[in-house]
Amino acid sequence: MVILEDLKKTFNPGTPNENNVFKGLSLKINEGDFITVIGGNGAGKSTLLNLIAGVFPVDSGRIILDDNDITHLPEHKRAAFIGRVFQDPMLGTSPSMTIEENLSLAYSRAKNISLRWGLNLYKQKLFKQHLSKIPLGLESRLKTKVKLLSGGQRQALTLVMATMKKPRLLLLDEHTAALDPKTAIMVNNLTEDIVYKNKITTIMVTHNLEHAIKMGNRLIMMHQGQIVMDIKGEEKSTMTIPRLLNKFEQTQGEKFANDRVMLA
Amino acid sequence: MWQSMILNSLEQGLVFGIMALGVYITFKVLNFADLTVDGSFPLGAAMAASLIVSGHSPFLATLAAFIAGGAAGCLTGILNTKAKISDLLSGILTMTSLYSINLRIMGQPNIPLLNQPTVFSLTRDFLIRFFPGFSDKYLYLFSFVILALLTKILLDTFLKTQLGFALRATGDNPQMIRAQGVNIEFAKIFGVALSNAFVGLSGALVAQYQGFADVGLGIGTVVSGLASVIIGEALLGEKPLFITTLGVLLGSFVYRFSISLVLSFRLAQASDLKLLTAIVVIIALTAPQIKKTIKISS
Ligand SMILES: Nc1ncnc2c1ncn2[C@@H]1O[C@H](COP(=O)(O)OP(=O)(O)OP(=O)(O)O)[C@@H](O)[C@H]1O
Ligand SMILES: [Mg+2]
Repeated sequence: MVILEDLKKTFNPGTPNENNVFKGLSLKINEGDFITVIGGNGAGKSTLLNLIAGVFPVDSGRIILDDNDITHLPEHKRAAFIGRVFQDPMLGTSPSMTIEENLSLAYSRAKNISLRWGLNLYKQKLFKQHLSKIPLGLESRLKTKVKLLSGGQRQALTLVMATMKKPRLLLLDEHTAALDPKTAIMVNNLTEDIVYKNKITTIMVTHNLEHAIKMGNRLIMMHQGQIVMDIKGEEKSTMTIPRLLNKFEQTQGEKFANDRVMLA
Repeated sequence: MWQSMILNSLEQGLVFGIMALGVYITFKVLNFADLTVDGSFPLGAAMAASLIVSGHSPFLATLAAFIAGGAAGCLTGILNTKAKISDLLSGILTMTSLYSINLRIMGQPNIPLLNQPTVFSLTRDFLIRFFPGFSDKYLYLFSFVILALLTKILLDTFLKTQLGFALRATGDNPQMIRAQGVNIEFAKIFGVALSNAFVGLSGALVAQYQGFADVGLGIGTVVSGLASVIIGEALLGEKPLFITTLGVLLGSFVYRFSISLVLSFRLAQASDLKLLTAIVVIIALTAPQIKKTIKISS
């Protein structure tokens, strides 16, 4: 379970570029929740994930994960229980290293790395097993450098890396946005597959309203640093895009605006 | 003449190759433009020479140079990661400080090592006991082949460990490696330290090989190391790691051999070499871009 308690964050305080993104955001994420997050440009979706992952510190408030206060833990330590996939397929992997070397980094994630071998037969067998669960044939290409993979293959690999050791929380920030529609569907199916099979608590930011409605058990809409909708259960499973947009207009008195949102 | 030229270039290529392997770690693996090298190379020489003339074992003196180089690299790494100074400036600051420190260590700008025991004279004494016919002519080549290959194998092995993987990923994609829970500051400090330890070792060996240590020994070291790395890359292309590191040693030989060619045919004076080296590196660094532009425009 994750509890965000009254998070505040201002970028560039005291400068002309001051940007007060969160004025006190609270959210309780239950064990096994698969939350999809939508919202307009600059609503603070990525910032929310970055604060949870520890990319930058919060100004005030607390982040509690399984009864541990992780508010002040550095990013690389939080990585022990947080898996991430970024929007840019280039960001999740080390391009000049091979698939198996990348997986090895994920395998020893947040353990004390040492001067032991990065690879051995046991690990290689394990990596093959993990990769054979995704329909891309990567299990026979362990020695291929990651820079030779397509964007979709890389995102799939990053997803495997983020979940190989079950994370307490999986953060996905528009991880299919840079992919063509067909590949995006493949990666989304893979995401659901992995998340449900391993019962991973997940937050997935997307600009695709259809995906946001179809996937997960809970849908959150953010607007100007606030959570303006939190839809679960029955309401979530019967939600449609027009109804969602309608609801937004009713509560906010303005139209939903995100230049990248896909309505269909 | 050719034979001795090749022998000399091989010797120099190998002993300076150890330094080039250090440069390879920072510039290529870590993606950290480290100029500490121009100070840690003479630091290694200064350390070894002053310990040897004060009566310490040359092996101990060489080990001390290795450690001192590592410490210098540590300082640069800490300046960069903890004090948030850019990689270039961190290296320059360490290098500048080392100029004074090296003078302090030596107590004078130059220490001759004539008639002093060195790791090579001890190796010769040792070898002659078992192989009375051992020819002095190949003493250095023999020693450098072993030392350079040992360093290369040590580096290859290291880069295959978990920490080595972390270092490579740190240079490749720092954001990813943080998300994988690696303390990237530690990885950087360790990498720069290891690099300069190699450089210090190379400096110590060069001092014993040339028969002196000098404060001015370091000028242009990093550029010549970079030239070796680039030549190796150009000759071998993109290959598995253990071949790439072999390429660094090969590049170092080709670099030294080209220099002796230029000098023996009087194509340039010794004092022009630094300029020539810089030009080689500039060409090598810009060639890929120029190639690209030509491809695009045609
Ligand atoms: N590192 C940063 N430094 C300064 N400002 C930032 C930083 N990261 C985000 N911001 C600002 O915070 C606000 C929220 O940005 P954020 O990236 O969280 O939006 P988003 O909801 O992810 O939008 P999008 O749909 O465009 O990805 C924006 O105004 C942005 O400019
Ligand atoms: Mg975003």
